[in-house]
Amino acid sequence: MSESQHYVLHVNGTLHEVGDAWIGESLLYVLRERLGLTGSKGACEQGECGSCSVLIDDELICSCLVLAASAIGQEVITIEGIAPVGSPTDVQQAFVDFGAVQCGFCTPGLIMAAHALLERTPEPTETEIREELSGNICRCTGYGRIIEAVQRVSVARAGRR
Amino acid sequence: MSVLVAATLNEALELLSAEPDSMVLAGGTDAMVEINMGHRRPARVVAVGRIPELRTWSYNAESATLRIGAGVTYGELELDPFLRWVPALSQAARTVGSPQIRNAATLGGNVATCSPAGDGLPVLAALEAIVHLVSLNGSRSIQFSDFMTGPKRTGLWPGELIEAVSLPVFSRWQGYAKVGVRNAMVISNAGACLAVDDVGGVRIALGSVGPTILRCPEAESFAESVVDHQRRSVRESDALEFGRMAASAARPIDDHRSTAAYRRHAIEVLARRLLRRAFPNV
Repeated sequence: MSESQHYVLHVNGTLHEVGDAWIGESLLYVLRERLGLTGSKGACEQGECGSCSVLIDDELICSCLVLAASAIGQEVITIEGIAPVGSPTDVQQAFVDFGAVQCGFCTPGLIMAAHALLERTPEPTETEIREELSGNICRCTGYGRIIEAVQRVSVARAGRR
Repeated sequence: MSVLVAATLNEALELLSAEPDSMVLAGGTDAMVEINMGHRRPARVVAVGRIPELRTWSYNAESATLRIGAGVTYGELELDPFLRWVPALSQAARTVGSPQIRNAATLGGNVATCSPAGDGLPVLAALEAIVHLVSLNGSRSIQFSDFMTGPKRTGLWPGELIEAVSLPVFSRWQGYAKVGVRNAMVISNAGACLAVDDVGGVRIALGSVGPTILRCPEAESFAESVVDHQRRSVRESDALEFGRMAASAARPIDDHRSTAAYRRHAIEVLARRLLRRAFPNV
């Protein structure tokens, strides 16, 4: 239990002190405005668009729907924490290689969702990909290349197993 | 504003007893929208999402009853063992929001918000679920239909928390269907759960078409008189009539999501379709 206006969040393997912040701020707001982690995007702020998706204790969650101060003691992974700069994950590389990125706004959320999907279902059907990514809205690509990128990663990973 | 993260059920109850006006935060998928949009500024938030006692479930084989903790998420409810025991609830769970929403949103939160559009609620009404409530003064268990008193209105007393929901496990067909503007990430414009109980009763409960979840007693007794359980059959004309009777039990309104006329039509189609799924032969 903690009632303080100061609290500590565990983000991307590092402890971050959040101070002088309004206690009602969403995790998305705190990530972007207090911690400078602007990879997670804010658009709808009601869980509809998925562009703020992060992993909390390994679960894919919309960070806009998390009260930041209630996430104390949980492990938050954002797009910045998914891989070191300059060493993209296989999912990130596939998004680049197969043209799944256009304006890029939805990309961080989709990368997080694609990682969560492939953890849960390593060899998804196209229908499963569409259903699992249904919480992430992309207004550019029409989704075809995003689905292809996920399929390519799935096949490549299966080949390595 | 202050935020308290309760570690145990007792701690949460003590906090609620001390300040019954506290906002209870479970998955946050309803509450945070109100906070983000500035519609709500609670003085105190008690977060209950990580209380282990609320995140468990148990099955009593003797009474064939499933007790699901209020903190179990819709993501969990989509899968076994819930899919096997209460498939209508799993189907409803799968239509809630998106994977991200379902990973956070809880059954208890859906019951506490008690929106007529809550996807889990027609299932609870059709299965005649019991809602278990607990406070520092003790606990009580009431029928879901008595718990939901109106749109977003419940019989929850100050200082009380929803602890769990109990559901019967039936052996016959049950399912949930809804209509919205698209398949994913949508709030229902009309929804229905149909369940066949173990003595052959046909139950149907409607969501988003009234101030509370509505059962359809006339349509239910009609169905019981016309279906053939052995052959799992119903005549097409009777299925049509069942749809019409369910639609006449609806009490929909026009609002920003849909019109009363469309909702009534949707219920007619959904009810007929669900009865046909339960009794696929003619």
